[in-house]
Amino acid sequence: MLRLPQFQVESPDTVEGVVAALQRHAGARVIAGGTDILPNLKHFLDTPPVLVSLARVTALRGLQRDDAAGLLRIGAGVTLTQIAEDAQVRALFPSLAHAAGIVASPVIRNMGTLGGNVNLDTRCRYVNQSEFWRGSIGGGCLKSEGNVCHVVPKGRNCVAAMSSDNVPVLISLDANIVLVGPEGRRVLPLADYFHADGVAHTLARPGEVTVELQLPLPAGPRRARYTKWSVRRSIDFPLLSVALRFDLAADSPHAEVLAAKVVVGVLGAKPRVVTRLDEALGKPLSDPAVARIVSEATHAQCKPLDNVPYEAAYRREMLRVYTRRGVEAMVAEG
Amino acid sequence: MSHLLLSMTVNGEAVQVAAPAHHTLLEVLRYKLDLIGTKQGCDKGDCGACTVQIDGVPQLSCLTLAVHAVGRAVTTVEGLGQQAGGCHPLQDAFDRWNAAQCGFCTPGILLSAEALLRRCAGREPTRLQVCEALAGNLCRCTGYTKIIDAVLDVGRQMAVAAAASAGEVAHAE
Ligand SMILES: Cc1cc2nc3c(=O)[nH]c(=O)nc-3n(C[C@H](O)[C@H](O)[C@H](O)COP(=O)(O)OP(=O)(O)OC[C@H]3O[C@@H](n4cnc5c(N)ncnc54)[C@H](O)[C@@H]3O)c2cc1C
Ligand code: SF4
Ligand code: FES
Ligand code: FES
Repeated sequence: MLRLPQFQVESPDTVEGVVAALQRHAGARVIAGGTDILPNLKHFLDTPPVLVSLARVTALRGLQRDDAAGLLRIGAGVTLTQIAEDAQVRALFPSLAHAAGIVASPVIRNMGTLGGNVNLDTRCRYVNQSEFWRGSIGGGCLKSEGNVCHVVPKGRNCVAAMSSDNVPVLISLDANIVLVGPEGRRVLPLADYFHADGVAHTLARPGEVTVELQLPLPAGPRRARYTKWSVRRSIDFPLLSVALRFDLAADSPHAEVLAAKVVVGVLGAKPRVVTRLDEALGKPLSDPAVARIVSEATHAQCKPLDNVPYEAAYRREMLRVYTRRGVEAMVAEG
Repeated sequence: MSHLLLSMTVNGEAVQVAAPAHHTLLEVLRYKLDLIGTKQGCDKGDCGACTVQIDGVPQLSCLTLAVHAVGRAVTTVEGLGQQAGGCHPLQDAFDRWNAAQCGFCTPGILLSAEALLRRCAGREPTRLQVCEALAGNLCRCTGYTKIIDAVLDVGRQMAVAAAASAGEVAHAE
């Protein structure tokens, strides 16, 4: 049995109400589906005096195509099941529907929201443990009650892993995140929302909540895919995650690649956008050279750490394999 | 510790229950309402033993704050039998197929399976659909085969019944 620490719950019904409640109570945290924050609280990784619930904020539950703005808008409160099953998401952004549909398990996807997934706390084998477990290795680490890092023993910075399945995909699709806080509303590219500190890995300002994710509607033909490696096919967090997106000259896997975007998760606290993919441009997607160039660049630029299960060296090898297979699968699907 | 008075519907009955704000729905069901059919396994989302339905959707009661169930309809395994006037066809099939060994996972699995069959609305689910619907409910005993067979059996019966009643309607017209 894992008991929660004591806290009070406030359930405002507007975003403004949530922002005000967060300001009223120092140390308050937001709870949406609760599937990430409640296990963490049960492990006593935080003891907030108040949880501000989003359950009654109906304004966060929209999922609509906005043709005037050229966007698909997904409210932070939309569940992962809804995203995975939504006909528009499946048609326009298949890699997102796929990623949302393989998070955790069906029961958890019925509860977990996109806002919670984007703000998912970073994960590490030394921190997502009971207080007793952490005590038995000498009292935790930088991200819990200690002052050392067990992954990088001389490190002064926590490198716990950004483990959201949807974040790499959303970044590969050029998503923007919309935040509302005490100073008003701001929109920023999701790629700029994260920074390399596992203790506080987002740039959300105090009292700021995520209200919406915006996806630019596809401007031309493309192929996009998400590949996840996990111990079991259900329930488990990713050990590796790679989001791929190729803009093509025509709607065929044999068409020329005009642009390529590869985003990798479960490295450190920040997802990584792979660079120097220019060599793949101008070649047909089905040219085996494309899969090779992309997987070699990913392998060269991404260095998994010993923060999640499985040896880092093995995960790095698998990064090359999963990236290559991801491209090959896109070609095979036509 | 201050308590809140929470109103919700549990297995079709309106209940009011006093609980602190930091208690989960699982704690309220088991320790306040004595509905111990819902099991407490890992208590952190890994096993699915605590699965209940909230407004008909399977959810984990160990990761649901009790206050989040206020004003909503909660169904536990106790309510599943009640709903069917004694024994739900899934419970009957689990018995016939020996799909429960220790039985710890069974209540959660029944609620995940019931939601799948309801969504199928008379169409027979595929084996893959059953596997996927149960992919958040761990069983350490059975190896799943009999569980899946039992759910498919009920799915088939429901499809046959739906086809028969559609036939009757067509005939009457
Ligand atoms: C067994 C298990 C397996 C899992 N496997 C996976 C997996 O494979 N892949 C994966 O990606 N996730 C996984 N998860 C994590 C989690 O279920 C999902 O990431 C889910 O989408 C989180 O959403 P939530 O609404 O439940 O978040 P919550 O738990 O409610 O919140 C998560 C965090 O985000 C903050 N937050 C929530 N909403 C907002 C908002 N609108 N604005 C600002 N901050 C906000 C909260 O304060 C909290 O810090 C798993 C969880 C469990 C228990
Ligand atoms: S990366 Fe280091 S500091 Fe961060 S959670 Fe893991 S052990 Fe702790
Ligand atoms: S007890 Fe809730 S998932 Fe295990
Ligand atoms: S019957 Fe024992 S856990 Fe499933």
